[in-house]
Amino acid sequence: MHEVMKASQSTAKPASITTPNDTEIRIERTFEAPRDVVFRAYTDPQLLSQWMGPREYKMTIEQMDVHPGGRWHFTHIDTDGTEYGFHGEFREIVRPERIVQTWNFEGMPGESLQTALFHEHNGRTTVTSIVKFERKEHRDGMLASNMESGLNEGYDRLDELLRTVH
Amino acid sequence: MKDDTLSATFQAVADPTRRTILARLAQGEATVQELAEPLPISQPAVSKHLKVLEKAGLIERRREAQRRWCRLQAGPLREIAVWATEYQRYWDESFERLDELLKKEKSARQ
Repeated sequence: MHEVMKASQSTAKPASITTPNDTEIRIERTFEAPRDVVFRAYTDPQLLSQWMGPREYKMTIEQMDVHPGGRWHFTHIDTDGTEYGFHGEFREIVRPERIVQTWNFEGMPGESLQTALFHEHNGRTTVTSIVKFERKEHRDGMLASNMESGLNEGYDRLDELLRTVH
Repeated sequence: MKDDTLSATFQAVADPTRRTILARLAQGEATVQELAEPLPISQPAVSKHLKVLEKAGLIERRREAQRRWCRLQAGPLREIAVWATEYQRYWDESFERLDELLKKEKSARQ
């Protein structure tokens, strides 16, 4: 599966996405900025709405109460006008090191717990997000749901990928 | 696609031994014996893994004289490959946008 994950060709430094065990997804990426700035981009709704999600999606943030017990809710709207809602609760906010929040993709079963860790080294920041599901089926279902949006344009890259597999 | 198909595929590729077998079969058909040779497990254990892979539709098995052959069926892999590339695309594109935003934030500070 790790081979499959390397399929992205979009950037010089793609995010590392791995499935370390049955119920988790781990996403890691390094940014050219100190961690207080990166942390702010994750927690300030004005900044978050400028980067979260694909470019062609619109994002609206209905609620974002950044403290333990606070609720958050945002919506992605794709080019067809289809809305994808996400919501959850912040569990831990340790500025600028750590965010723990629950995460629900509306319409999909299973809540995940997401822990984002911010590490700074020489002015750069590595963000490691660990997304933990209660059950393996929920993780797999969530990952599978990404397929539907990708059926149109995913196939070109998929064909290339399959050439390396087969 | 049905969820149960995807779950079976995930379960099948979640095991490192089975991934090793699939990687070997990606290079071409092989006999059970050839597959078992480099693995540090017994042949019955290998057969068990092959059964899981066959049930998930990832391999096809056939008999020829005394030999048992296995061949890769890449169809189900295609399905998980689609989500993998899409999930990756979502985050890569988000992070590229974050790169741009951070650059702006940094220059605004200076």
